[in-house]
Amino acid sequence: MLLEVKSIFQIKFASMIGLLYVALLAGTMVSPSLTPSQAQQPAPGAPTTNPKAPPASGGAAGPATSAFATQGQQSGLNVVVLDPAHGGTDPGARGTGGIRESEIVLDFAVQVRRALELQGFQVVQTRQGNENPSFDDRSATANAQRGAVFVTLHISSTGLPGTARVYVSSDLPPVANAGGLIPWDRAQAPFLGLSKAFGDLVQGFLAQRFKGSPDTAQPASVRQLRTTAEPAIAVEVSSVTVEDRSDLDRMAPGVADAVARGAAAFKPSYVVPSMPGALP
Amino acid sequence: MTPSWKYWLIGGLVIAVVAAATYFPILRKRVKRAARLQQQSEEQARRELTQTIPINPSDPRVKAKLFWVSDTIDSTLAPVTVELPLSNDPVLRSKQVLNTLLAGPVDAESRTLPPDASLLAFYLLPDGTAIADFSEALATSIPSGIVSEQLAVNSIARTLEANVAQVQRLKILIHGQEVETLAGHLDLTGTFVVNTKVAQDPVKAVSPAAAEKTPTAVRGTLTADRAPGKLGQTKSRPLEFWDTETTTREEE
Repeated sequence: MLLEVKSIFQIKFASMIGLLYVALLAGTMVSPSLTPSQAQQPAPGAPTTNPKAPPASGGAAGPATSAFATQGQQSGLNVVVLDPAHGGTDPGARGTGGIRESEIVLDFAVQVRRALELQGFQVVQTRQGNENPSFDDRSATANAQRGAVFVTLHISSTGLPGTARVYVSSDLPPVANAGGLIPWDRAQAPFLGLSKAFGDLVQGFLAQRFKGSPDTAQPASVRQLRTTAEPAIAVEVSSVTVEDRSDLDRMAPGVADAVARGAAAFKPSYVVPSMPGALP
Repeated sequence: MTPSWKYWLIGGLVIAVVAAATYFPILRKRVKRAARLQQQSEEQARRELTQTIPINPSDPRVKAKLFWVSDTIDSTLAPVTVELPLSNDPVLRSKQVLNTLLAGPVDAESRTLPPDASLLAFYLLPDGTAIADFSEALATSIPSGIVSEQLAVNSIARTLEANVAQVQRLKILIHGQEVETLAGHLDLTGTFVVNTKVAQDPVKAVSPAAAEKTPTAVRGTLTADRAPGKLGQTKSRPLEFWDTETTTREEE
């Protein structure tokens, strides 16, 4: 009888230890599943690194010691959605020499794609040929990807020829927490900081290559960016006013290289949300 | 019928066909010209109805700041001071500065807005939201591109900011309609912040007393001579650069 009582105590003790172990395990699993936005809010007065602002040097950026950054690296930013703007019945900017923005950006996209694939990224294009998906269709393509950034390619009508500018979405009203859902018409709002960090990196590489280009990404209310639920930038090359198309074609490798290097430099600082289109 | 009559008949028909063939292109041209004239007169009639006298010489002459493209730094705006007789009424004053902005600088390369664009109407809501209705040429004649479209909108917003203190936000319409983009890039579905200091401060944007008096925000009373229909419904909270909501909401 005494032996039975002892064994009951042993079983109870063992099950308590088991429960404690399960609770500890659950605690460690729940902790990293906090959203990165929570992680980006440091305790008052606590020293912190800012994952939204990777150094422009192009090296590994972000808080390497952060559990969330580690998770981001594991999940990985691995997709770049390329959007050659316009197309179909919409030629975009047109030069006097017959240059059409919709055609040039498609050619640019081929080179950017190749450079990104060399960096190990998977590339998704919003259009492959001379078609014109709507702004929302393009955003839908982008928002369906997990662990992705969005790059829309443009050629301007104005500006100093031979320069390139990166634009990020202007300030949007903050998104109220509606159970993790993002309003479609302001999908970019939670990603503004990440978009700026990504844009600054790409603009930095473009400025090294194309003299006269700005040093940092500029804010602009670009329609395409507003409904995109991931870090998103617009790259605009100047301009269709060049007399010879080859002047623009010569810029394509530089633009491709800057986008690919920018995406690679941005990769460590981007924490992939657990669901496509979820709040970062 | 004798053969001679046949020849006369065939000859007459041939002449009629030749005359018709000659006259048809002329007639076509005339119809096209008449249609164009009608379109222009409709546009002119609309302008006459909506435009007040832009410049009144008896207004006090003040130094107005107009924003055109800088001739030193690429793709940026630079203020140009112009002495103009400006009304104290914010709607008239806004029309006067915007018409001067549209008229363009001395150097055509510094233009931000197409020369054939015109301001059709301008309204100012009590909460400081300005609604500027431009002719279709603003969208069709502007060079397509993010940089050119951004410069156009910024030149309008910065000119209003510098000269009309009452304007806090700007909504741009094209020929009375809300459009998705200006020329394929810049989003026009929201409002643009004009007076950043006031628009970011909820206390300054709408005083608590005013909010109490108008619990459902602005009740559609416009300071312009004609109300633009649905646009009377607005919100009293300060707007950021973007705001696409159409429902009325109070700032807490």
